Amino acid sequence: MATAPDKAKLDADFSELYKAHLKDVYSYSYYRVGNHHDAEDLTEQTFLQAYRHFARAQEESQGRPLRPWLIRIAHNLAANYYRDRSRRPQTNIDDAGALSTPHTTEGLVEDRDDLARILRGVQQLPDDRREALIMRFALGMDNREIARAMDRTDGATKVLLHRAIRQLEGLVEADMNGNGPK
Amino acid sequence: MSGDSTFEEMERRLRAALHPIEPPVHLQQRLEQTLDNIVELAAEELESWEIEAIKDPRNWPRAAFGPATAIVVGSGAAVGLALLRTQRKRHRRRAQSKGLRDLTARTVRDVAREALKVFDDLTPRH
Repeated sequence: MATAPDKAKLDADFSELYKAHLKDVYSYSYYRVGNHHDAEDLTEQTFLQAYRHFARAQEESQGRPLRPWLIRIAHNLAANYYRDRSRRPQTNIDDAGALSTPHTTEGLVEDRDDLARILRGVQQLPDDRREALIMRFALGMDNREIARAMDRTDGATKVLLHRAIRQLEGLVEADMNGNGPK
Repeated sequence: MSGDSTFEEMERRLRAALHPIEPPVHLQQRLEQTLDNIVELAAEELESWEIEAIKDPRNWPRAAFGPATAIVVGSGAAVGLALLRTQRKRHRRRAQSKGLRDLTARTVRDVAREALKVFDDLTPRH
């Protein structure tokens, strides 16, 4: 049983974890659910659940970073979110939030359209491929961290990312040719 | 877009499309407030457990042999605990204060109050 000083140390450590990874959890949640409102709920639930299990996670991590563990909690909660509400991620990721590129010239408008196509393509990917891409590119996680978060081997994660990018290329290409999602 | 579909090019475009999203300030405030409340509730539960535990004779030997170490370790921890608890209430203090001087006065009062609570909790009861 934790004593008061143990508890204080644990709370201080959790506070550090929260400060360090709030943006990661929010970014992951946002790209996962596609809107700010649900992303906020998911982020809040993730940290509440993380707080409940923090002592054990810290003990079992043996000094390894806890970000994969946090993202895994968010992943499980997101899975429940879809199961409970029987819905898929929204394809209309809030462009204003995600795409901040100003469109003052024709070139920039094209860039903006391209980024929107990429986001639409990401939303069409199977869950595991989409998640791997979010972790890699939105959160900057390396293969090992992604593997831990997704409970896979490093090798399987590398293959997963490779296939996700290849499939996305095809989806974006189809979108450009007018065969995108309606 | 040039239509370049090489793997590296797609990685570059993904990096641009999936950039990190800054969480809204109101979420941070709400979340910190919720966590503060939970931490305070959990701390109170822990304190009541410790008071109950000291009534159990099986815990007495530890209580008898530990005081010297406990004083040294406990003093540092108690100061830390008082500061941590004071720190947790910073948002509430900031919201209620009417200026820098008022905020300072409130902070000092909170530190004193929390210190008294911590040392009161650590004082053996007969």
